[in-house]
Amino acid sequence: MYEFWHESLFFGTLLTLAAYGAGVWIKEKTGSAVLNPLLVAIVLVIAFLICFGIDYDTYYDGAKYVSYLLTPATVCLAVPLYEQFETMKNNARAVVIGVTASVVTSLTVVLIFAIIFGLDHAGYVTLLPKSITTAIGMGVTEELEGYVPITVAVIILTGILGNIIAEPVCRIFGIKEPIAKGIAIGSAAHAIGTVKAMEMGKAEGAMSSLAIVAAGIITVFGASLYAMIF
Amino acid sequence: MKSMKQFAIILMFSFIGEALHALIPLPVPASIYGIILLFLALERKWIELRDIHGIVVFLIQIMPILFVPAAVGLIKSWPILKPAIVPYLVITVLSTIAVMAVTGRVTQMILRLGGDGQEKQYIRK
Repeated sequence: MYEFWHESLFFGTLLTLAAYGAGVWIKEKTGSAVLNPLLVAIVLVIAFLICFGIDYDTYYDGAKYVSYLLTPATVCLAVPLYEQFETMKNNARAVVIGVTASVVTSLTVVLIFAIIFGLDHAGYVTLLPKSITTAIGMGVTEELEGYVPITVAVIILTGILGNIIAEPVCRIFGIKEPIAKGIAIGSAAHAIGTVKAMEMGKAEGAMSSLAIVAAGIITVFGASLYAMIF
Repeated sequence: MKSMKQFAIILMFSFIGEALHALIPLPVPASIYGIILLFLALERKWIELRDIHGIVVFLIQIMPILFVPAAVGLIKSWPILKPAIVPYLVITVLSTIAVMAVTGRVTQMILRLGGDGQEKQYIRK
């Protein structure tokens, strides 16, 4: 049986799609915001792999065809940006200040907690790029000599969490403007958060996409500065 | 054939992004170069929206699914996360909430301060 999992070409992708389908079905049945299809799919796949004793590499061997589409899909975020370019230009000041505030907040909160928890320098720099998109974040951590696999894990956790809490956080903190919501979600929870912003509306989605790019680039420089502080 | 042509255009931008990532020694991923270049191509009308519309709608729609395999990879990083899981989780949760709340409030404040006449409607209730 183990051999079969190893050889199957279609198992990894099928499991991924089936788990996501189950996630969508559960969401429709319950209407619960916590039972987010992405989160449910991740939990189901992990549970399945553990139950059947399949290791991650075996699963990924099939599922890599799903990940393959990630770069092309991210490139497509240029389209909402293009469609909302006027909105972006008319609100350039708010966008720039908002994204800058996000980077400063992210880096400062990490700094404060690194001091509180007594993390060492490598542990601290590992967390600095936690809010930005995985590929840029990995580069930052590598540059600053942190632990890259932990950065990746924390970035993904941040994205999932951001996707789930986006709606309640906007409600609780009275963030009502679509542009403000988009910038907040994209700069706090990169592409996984942007998925939620896209569901909220076109302006939210476009601003969130923009925030991924802008926050990513500002963090590259900001993180180097913060790495010198502590 | 039409959808394959659309897919080819998107792959071409992904590929150019990959090439730039390989050539330029900055931690900027292929996808970010791709976004910027596709945006420019649309702005400059080198590519019309209708030339790629179908594939863009499809890929953006399935985007959440594309994160599943990488996220399942968390089980592989579990052994290195486990020793410091409490600080990592606390920092992740608090900083995500803080960044979202601060960014949203700051952006909204600047929007509502805005000079453009149109923004009068944003005046607080």
